[in-house]
Amino acid sequence: MAVSVQEADFDVAAEMAALTAGRADIGALVSFTGLVREVAGGNGGMVLEHYPGMTEKALAGIEAEAQKRWQLQACRIVHRYGALDPAAQIVLVVTAAKHRQSAFEAAEFIMDFLKSRAPFWKKEAGQGWVDAREADEEALSRWR
Amino acid sequence: MQVLYFAWLRERIGEPKEEVETKAKTVAELVEELRAREPRYQAAFADMAAVRVAVDQELVEMSASIEGAREVAFFPPMTGG
Repeated sequence: MAVSVQEADFDVAAEMAALTAGRADIGALVSFTGLVREVAGGNGGMVLEHYPGMTEKALAGIEAEAQKRWQLQACRIVHRYGALDPAAQIVLVVTAAKHRQSAFEAAEFIMDFLKSRAPFWKKEAGQGWVDAREADEEALSRWR
Repeated sequence: MQVLYFAWLRERIGEPKEEVETKAKTVAELVEELRAREPRYQAAFADMAAVRVAVDQELVEMSASIEGAREVAFFPPMTGG
């Protein structure tokens, strides 16, 4: 399965290399990495809670939908949970397609759904639970 | 069935999961039952616009059936990414 939910950090270059290893049918490889951004007034860092079992299913579902819509050659999603320091990597999405437009769009689609349809909850140190953003919900409407 | 709580719902209820015996047929009925039990449930379910639910790990509406369900999970809107 091309979806991982893990506490450990990930290596972007290694993940991308693994996706294209031994293949010559991929013309476009897009990657997105999400990082922990320091917020004003925060103590730094956050804890990411998730729903073991459902998280993997939700990510696999989002990935399957992207595969179907854009006929991706390959796809990889890695999402971390647990305690994360400022500037730490949180999420990686890599999409591989014949042409760039499919790879770009699929990566955006996956990130848009992952934001508000995968069971993760962010709690910022000294700030409490992060509220869901209206803009994240609205971002889904363009894919309908 | 197992009832799970995440994020601030877990904090307000005071535990991550519990075994619940219920005759409720829908999520909404289950919420009413829990609310009637103790103030901590009333606190957790005070604003249902801020609560999402999954039945057997699938996101559903509050009107969804829970008959035969093994697992019902309550949590706030998700903030992944």
